[in-house]
Amino acid sequence: MDNKNIRDIIQQNIKKKNHFSDRIMPKIFLFMALISVVTTFGIVYTLIFDSIKFFSQVPIREVFSTNLSPLSREPSFGFLPLLNGTFLTTIIAMLVAVPVGMAAAIYLSQFASPRLRKVLKPVLEVLAGIPTIVYGFFAYSFVTPLLMRLIPSLGAKNALSPGIVMGIMIIPMVASLSEDAMNAVPTIMKEGAMGLGSTRLETTTKVIIPASISGIVASIVLAVSRAIGETMIVTIASGSSKNFTFDITQSMQTMTAYIVEFTSGDAGSGTVGYYSLYAVGLILFVFTLGMNLVAQYISRKYREEY
Amino acid sequence: MKDRNLEDFVLEEEVNSMNEKIEKPVKSQVTFNKNRISRRIVLNNFAKHMFSLSTVFAMVVLGILLYQIVSGSIGWLDWQFLTSNLSIFPEKAGIRGAIIGTLFLMMIVIPVTLLLGVATAIYLEEYATEGRIQRIIKVNISNLASVPSVIFGLLGLTVFSRMLGFGSSILAGGLTMSLLVLPIVVVAAQEALRAVPGFLREASYGMGADKWTTIWRVVLPVSIPGILTGAILAISRAIGETAPLVVLGIPTLIMKIPTGIMDDFTVMPIQIYYWTLDTVLTPEYAYLASATIVVLLITLFILNSVAIIIRNKFQKTF
Amino acid sequence: MIDIDKYITKYVYDVKGLNLWYGDNQALKDINMQVMENEITAIIGPSGCGKSTFVKTLNRMIENIPIVRTEGEILYNGRNIFSSKMKVEELRTRVGMVFQKPNPFPKSIYENVVYGPKIHGVKDKKTLMEIAEQSLRGAALWEEVKDRLNDNAYGLSGGQQQRLCIARTMAVSPEVILMDEPTSALDPVATMRIEELMEDLKKEYTVIIVTHNMQQAARISDKTAFFLSGELIEFDKTNKIFANPSDKRTEDYITGRFG
Repeated sequence: MDNKNIRDIIQQNIKKKNHFSDRIMPKIFLFMALISVVTTFGIVYTLIFDSIKFFSQVPIREVFSTNLSPLSREPSFGFLPLLNGTFLTTIIAMLVAVPVGMAAAIYLSQFASPRLRKVLKPVLEVLAGIPTIVYGFFAYSFVTPLLMRLIPSLGAKNALSPGIVMGIMIIPMVASLSEDAMNAVPTIMKEGAMGLGSTRLETTTKVIIPASISGIVASIVLAVSRAIGETMIVTIASGSSKNFTFDITQSMQTMTAYIVEFTSGDAGSGTVGYYSLYAVGLILFVFTLGMNLVAQYISRKYREEY
Repeated sequence: MKDRNLEDFVLEEEVNSMNEKIEKPVKSQVTFNKNRISRRIVLNNFAKHMFSLSTVFAMVVLGILLYQIVSGSIGWLDWQFLTSNLSIFPEKAGIRGAIIGTLFLMMIVIPVTLLLGVATAIYLEEYATEGRIQRIIKVNISNLASVPSVIFGLLGLTVFSRMLGFGSSILAGGLTMSLLVLPIVVVAAQEALRAVPGFLREASYGMGADKWTTIWRVVLPVSIPGILTGAILAISRAIGETAPLVVLGIPTLIMKIPTGIMDDFTVMPIQIYYWTLDTVLTPEYAYLASATIVVLLITLFILNSVAIIIRNKFQKTF
Repeated sequence: MIDIDKYITKYVYDVKGLNLWYGDNQALKDINMQVMENEITAIIGPSGCGKSTFVKTLNRMIENIPIVRTEGEILYNGRNIFSSKMKVEELRTRVGMVFQKPNPFPKSIYENVVYGPKIHGVKDKKTLMEIAEQSLRGAALWEEVKDRLNDNAYGLSGGQQQRLCIARTMAVSPEVILMDEPTSALDPVATMRIEELMEDLKKEYTVIIVTHNMQQAARISDKTAFFLSGELIEFDKTNKIFANPSDKRTEDYITGRFG
């Protein structure tokens, strides 16, 4: 088998090959990649399409009312109780997640030794990996009874317990994103401050945080978006009462819990109640998408060019 | 902004020290400085402890959570629990159906999401040119990643359940889940492909290979560990997700064990959900839920350990 | 005096008026050069003079960079490599390339060597094994690896890996082998072994080697081309270039006044 022979075989083969794979493969992959775009369109389409059916049957004034009783003999579809439930639980969650998350981020990125960081960071990751249903169970069977002992008037279903647990669930997200933002600040800036004799605290508050503020704010916005979209914790622990109330010791329902409640019972398709799900879904989608766009905008526009 | 801050800071210090030189006699100047410095240091240490406490707080909560759940499961998590079907009697109930359901679900999710995810990543990293299409796809992936899981449930309800008629079957649930975790696989696969060094591709092109041959024979084999890690992350997420399946209409009490992808089914998170809801009526359900959670967490732990092992053993650095 | 070489030996490469731009930056200016069969042509010049770019144009690898634009002709055995009738994959099976840093695939030694034949349709296991042995012998590596063909290529030393890359290139039976500073990443002993190999390579192949090491060029090549700032300053027999260069710039470079 000498060179000329191999050469001929290879040349023959390569002349035969019409490289159809190089023409068709990119198209196949593009087609599959477009599925993600199709999915987004699918989501938007189904939400809008069925919401239109809802809004064509329910006057806007009713939607803005506080009377939500979809199953009563005279159904009313006021969404304010749901918005109220979502926002109250979200605010409570943020009151827990932001301080603790920021503190953890500051500690891990500015104060902790690399060895300590190596041990602590994975633990935070574990917190982030726990399925939300587990948090829901925890909220209902442990946190609520505990809180009931501290606050006698607390209902078995209330907004406080899931709010706190949601906050705990979100801590790793705030911590890790803020930490990334703070670590992105160049070391020379940090060293510049410390070389002038500032304490770590001063370096952090006066140099690092201002420099990474856009990333930190973006992380908080993302966390809010996450809290708004959270379902199982609030479904289990906050209940399904459709009151419009600011009393967080009482039961209330979030937008996400409403959707779950209505699909797990069999809302007949084609009824207004069924379409109300999509209307609520649309509002939810707009909120979370909006927050995510805001977060992207913030981190892009105010990002320091290092 | 960065220069301003640093300069402000420097300026502040300069002015302070100048002021101190002019106004105070030498002796008390030293004392003044010492007091001020030690005050700042005390504040620093106090803050340091507050921050570390906060960090520890998160861990303490985790510890409490695990302890509560594990202690609730003692006595209820045993072989009988894993191998029995559901029953109205808590002592007899088991999650065999849920485990099988989860496995069936993964049998749909894994191939679908891997195929779509890797294909998308290959397109973005290897074939796409800078342009509108590439940007649109990237934006879509990152937006999909932030959509709440209930909304995926609504999508699945409309498209897979009703339009395509899959009802609340494993197929409907699997397809919905695949779309939910798709961004995870895409991002992981992209990183894995990007990590393949250019000189390997060059060597292949230099011998007259075309692009697809190079991808198939050189790039993909090298990026498999990274892609697998992404797949495991996606599976971990899909195993624990509840909301989309509830929205799809997965029923409460499934006695029958599924045998095909069009069958009804239940999974572990759904079991936990329904048992938790009914704890008021039947307190023992709390123990069943705890036991199921333990099984779920152990599964996740094993999955993530496998991912770490894959990463450490097989990931090539160049 | 008539140059009989021109009429008797054919040109493997005939470069006519080659110009190349990276975006707005012109990297090669009006290059004209003829390469003859079964000769070793060395390309020397200071960093950034365009020698690597030139060699990567000969097998059109340079086109992998999107902002590259070329003008002019390069005839390979009489056919213009830029014409749409010439498939770039075909060109690369006739013109092989060895790179500066050894880049074997993370596969076994055997799989590395037979990669080329395999992707071009050679399926018979016996044939592949013969090709492997022949190529590894041709790269002076067979004796060292014949008992461990299934070992991972990354277990070889730098010099061995480079010889493996040479074997890999030889396995597709090219006519020309391009080498882009093939020994610059290797130690002196490994370098020497590869230089020894070149004399043998000349018998079967035409070799074009880029090198920043003038002594290497003087040692192994028949003809030498001196590039400077994208231009081909002088191209002649190696003896003449090094003993009695025509252009002052060549002389300055060779005597070490710059570069």
